Amino acid sequence: MLTLSVGLTQYMVLSAILFGIGLFGVLSKKNAIAVLICIELMLNAVNINLLAFNKFVTPTQFIGQIFAIFVITVAAAEVGVGLAIIIAIYRNKLSVNLDEFDWLKW
Amino acid sequence: MDNSIWMVAAFYLLSAVIIVSALLVVFLKNIVHSVLWLAVCFIALAGLFLTLDADFLAAVQVLVYAGAVCIMVVFGIMLIQRGDMGKTNLFNSQTGVAAGVVALVLVVSGYLSAATHWVGTAAPVPHKTVEHIATLLLSKYVIPFEVAALLLLVALVGAIILAKEVKAKC
Repeated sequence: MLTLSVGLTQYMVLSAILFGIGLFGVLSKKNAIAVLICIELMLNAVNINLLAFNKFVTPTQFIGQIFAIFVITVAAAEVGVGLAIIIAIYRNKLSVNLDEFDWLKW
Repeated sequence: MDNSIWMVAAFYLLSAVIIVSALLVVFLKNIVHSVLWLAVCFIALAGLFLTLDADFLAAVQVLVYAGAVCIMVVFGIMLIQRGDMGKTNLFNSQTGVAAGVVALVLVVSGYLSAATHWVGTAAPVPHKTVEHIATLLLSKYVIPFEVAALLLLVALVGAIILAKEVKAKC
């Protein structure tokens, strides 16, 4: 453990920690934009995992890097649509507090 | 795989920056400051991608995340936030439950990633990553590539329509 080498396990633990921070933010923030930001953190944790697998498991096939490109594409689209939805909700409700969004409550 | 002392030092330094800035993103009370620390986190992640031999992905990370996503989120905040900015990023009432769930996820995933025996190869990643990615994206993965382009187009149109608020003609 003290041999000071960086392998797949270290990258996976870092990715798990970053994913955990993002998940905590998603579950516990009031502001809708903060939840969107924390989803971005979780997607970046996934990217770390994909690139680490690409380097340490299949270094010559580039599958992980191509998956990471698609993850970045989907994340950019998700931020655009998510912000537009939040702006549209704010226009109706004059709030971005997720606890007040209860139109679907029966 | 080069395990020189500089790569190890770079990994731990970048990991520390990533984790601290991600914690600041979650725990700061002003959402604009959160977004600024999010940009720091993304740039440190780009450095981490460089240690993983993914130089094209590092450039894309800086361009798309630190450049586009953070600026777009800041513009979104400018369009919707009013009043006291110091209390715009608070916790809700289920923070304790969230901490418990996250601790469970961390324990399970950490145990699994430490206990699994990974079958790795020692072959290095080829140096010209951009050429390999371009060839694969336009030959073997051309269908997902085009679908991603369509997804971006649809997201663009959808975001414009949602933000523009189509008025009902009555």
